Amino acid sequence: MPDTRYLLSAVAVSAAVTWALRALPFTVLASLRASRTVRYLGARMPAGVMVILFVYCLRDLPLTQARGIAPLAALAATVGLHLWRRNALLSIVGGTVVSVALASTLFAG
Amino acid sequence: MHTLPVAAVAETSRPVPQALAALRDSASVGLGLLPLGLAFGVVITHAGLPWWCASLFTAVVYAGSFEFLLVGLTVAVTPLATVALTAFLVNVRHVFYALSFPLDRVPGRLGKAYGTFALTDEAYALTTGDRARSWSGARILWLQLFMQLYWVGGATAGALLGSVVPDRVTGLDFAMTALFAVLALDAVRDRRGDLPTPVLALLSALVARVVLPGQLLLAAFTLFTVALLVRSRVEPDRRRTGPDRSREEESRA
Repeated sequence: MPDTRYLLSAVAVSAAVTWALRALPFTVLASLRASRTVRYLGARMPAGVMVILFVYCLRDLPLTQARGIAPLAALAATVGLHLWRRNALLSIVGGTVVSVALASTLFAG
Repeated sequence: MHTLPVAAVAETSRPVPQALAALRDSASVGLGLLPLGLAFGVVITHAGLPWWCASLFTAVVYAGSFEFLLVGLTVAVTPLATVALTAFLVNVRHVFYALSFPLDRVPGRLGKAYGTFALTDEAYALTTGDRARSWSGARILWLQLFMQLYWVGGATAGALLGSVVPDRVTGLDFAMTALFAVLALDAVRDRRGDLPTPVLALLSALVARVVLPGQLLLAAFTLFTVALLVRSRVEPDRRRTGPDRSREEESRA
């Protein structure tokens, strides 16, 4: 089990890398703001990024096994709720409840 | 030069309405971070880490998907160089966020420092959406702060309650998938008439999943950026692309 000093170091290293990745590109970008290509990318990036992150979350989905049914049913619940009510909190909580209920009972193990 | 309407100027100078507006903005997707934070806290406790790791990770690192990975890395006492490399590979996607996040609206050095520190996927999604076009820098910062409070609060509560939750209760980590499903649906709806963007992103992710599963994020983001660059070259200049033209471009790109 890790000691406190190691935990603090791991957190410090992770935080430094993450913040650098988030902050440094802005210093480069200031000079590129007027570029047509940068504005083109900037407008289309958000929708694509979220689609990619969504696929990333599903990367290990066991499609051929029974225990894959729980996340798939939960996903159907999330998407269905969101198309129906457009309430993000309801969609997230609803889908997670379905996931926990199925994964902890019918598809446990 | 842009000229701000008088009402907008008056509003940006008053902190309280900005904070209240941000609290309302955070009520939908932002509050989704609460169940996700709870799930993260439970994962921390079940992994055998002390509860305060939940508060520390969420307050200082503040990068949702990477924090889930960091639990496994620290439990195995992975060398710090490997931790740094993993943080880089999982979070390198954030370099693209500078293209759309409205940092120019955020006031002050301290404000910009926090604005970039708290530039999570969720903050990026909310502040680049259609509704955010008129938001002031103060409102954006408040929104980021509220979202981090939900995340830290949820994780701390989850870690403290984690020992009460039996080990056989699983499936909580689906909260992250649900969150990104919602963010993707909203972001795609914001760009109605631009079908090629989500299609290219989906193809990039699927190709990356098959070809380079170990580096899915890095590969998918690179492919997607290249695809957009190619598309920006073949699309005719200075014309707004309607749905019909977009579909045409898609088959060419």
